[in-house]
Amino acid sequence: MTSRLTIPNSSQLPPAEDAGNVGRLERVLRSGQFAVTAELAPPDSADPQEVHARAQLFAGHVDAMNATDGSGANCHMSSVAMCALLAREGHETVMQISCRDRNRIAIQGDVLGAAALGIRNLLCLTGDGVQVGDHPEAKPVFDLDSLSLLDIVAGLRDKHAFASGRTLTSAPQVFLGAAANPFAPPFAFRPHRLAKKIAAGAQFIQTQYCFDLPRFQDFMHRARDLGLLEKCFILPGVGPLASARTAEWIRRHVPGVHIPDDVLKRLKGARDQKAEGRDICIEMIQQLREIEGVSGVHIMAHRQEAFVPEIIQRAGILGARMPWTPEPRPPPFSVNRQPVSDSVTFQEATTE
Amino acid sequence: MYSIRLWAARHARLLELTYQAVEPVIIKLQPLWKSVGYARAEKPVARLEQACKGLLFDCQMCGQCILSSTGMSCSMNCPKHLRNGPCGGVMQNGNCEVEPDTRCVWVEAWEGSQRMKDSDAIQIVQLPVDHRLQGTSSWLRVARQAAERRESLK
Repeated sequence: MTSRLTIPNSSQLPPAEDAGNVGRLERVLRSGQFAVTAELAPPDSADPQEVHARAQLFAGHVDAMNATDGSGANCHMSSVAMCALLAREGHETVMQISCRDRNRIAIQGDVLGAAALGIRNLLCLTGDGVQVGDHPEAKPVFDLDSLSLLDIVAGLRDKHAFASGRTLTSAPQVFLGAAANPFAPPFAFRPHRLAKKIAAGAQFIQTQYCFDLPRFQDFMHRARDLGLLEKCFILPGVGPLASARTAEWIRRHVPGVHIPDDVLKRLKGARDQKAEGRDICIEMIQQLREIEGVSGVHIMAHRQEAFVPEIIQRAGILGARMPWTPEPRPPPFSVNRQPVSDSVTFQEATTE
Repeated sequence: MYSIRLWAARHARLLELTYQAVEPVIIKLQPLWKSVGYARAEKPVARLEQACKGLLFDCQMCGQCILSSTGMSCSMNCPKHLRNGPCGGVMQNGNCEVEPDTRCVWVEAWEGSQRMKDSDAIQIVQLPVDHRLQGTSSWLRVARQAAERRESLK
């Protein structure tokens, strides 16, 4: 039933060899460029236009968009459907899979379907408990946990087999992600849990919101000492706080998000709290970028999605690079943002 | 009981030693299990196991016990049944996000594991639960597997 922790060497990070079979997010990460992903909130709607309108905000600014899977245990359009709609337009998406709502039979079927629909990246999550969402009376499934989910999906891809052992005729070529929360206890266990996730198949990591830099640095130092930084790409999560009141609300009601007192104090003291929230976010991105082993950032701008391009721009993390966009359009900012040759190749690759 | 469960994780080393003493006995009793028949032994042994582990760990009888890898804190008491470590929702005081008045099972597990001799067992990647084993005895399974291993070596 168990396997001792061995971190496979195959998850070391050489440049992707088979570029034709590799998604854009993976290629950006493997090429050593600073990657940007952003969280796309799914609509409470059956209208595909709402999905496209939301994605339009991010197009040309991010390397991949995460479509959440019933985040906060609230009902929304499904992640697989959102990603499929976006993949049809050529967008790079990260499909989030939570273990809360589906068992191993449903999830494995979804993974095959997702790959068939052109989805390249999966983020394997445990998921929030049902009690925090809009259907607290629902049955929590949790047939798998994030680690056994990673292990099963890696098996689909690498062993060409379901968890039952039954073989596939064609394996899903997916880039496997997992989450980490360095900001919740037990702190000393968190780097070991990261090691377990890598051993189970995680290739990239997106973290919970980072507002506490020293805590994150400590986590990264421990991860480095365990030799994990060469074995996965780490994208810390960031996001703008809308106001001091929002920050206080998050502190009280969102488990796992840690906002230190000095961040709250700074917001309270600001004349324009919303702008200050963005400034804090931009400074955080710039500081995170300097940390060894940080391969990019994951921006979660809940209800402030429209500010994401500005945050990325002002943080200066893309340099002259412009991520792929369905329709090349004039840069929205005065700064020189020329598509680099790499991005052009990506564009061609997907239109083949 | 919750307070005994906490006590167990805080005395993980003692319980580790106890199990290390009990396990060989269970395995040695193999001839007994074989003559009675595993199927017939299942019910009384499972009941005994439930009584002991229920008292000490609030055991849920998943039938595939991993207490030695979870610092003697039963991971099936986690509301999300996580068997590989804590979720990201643990509160700053170390309590559970789903049941805010109780300690996170995995905070206790980590602390328990650090008291144990085999403190690295918590790093084993646990595969998904086999739900068919719910309610069955882990002890008998350990005895049977040990016997099968011995047989295969012959």
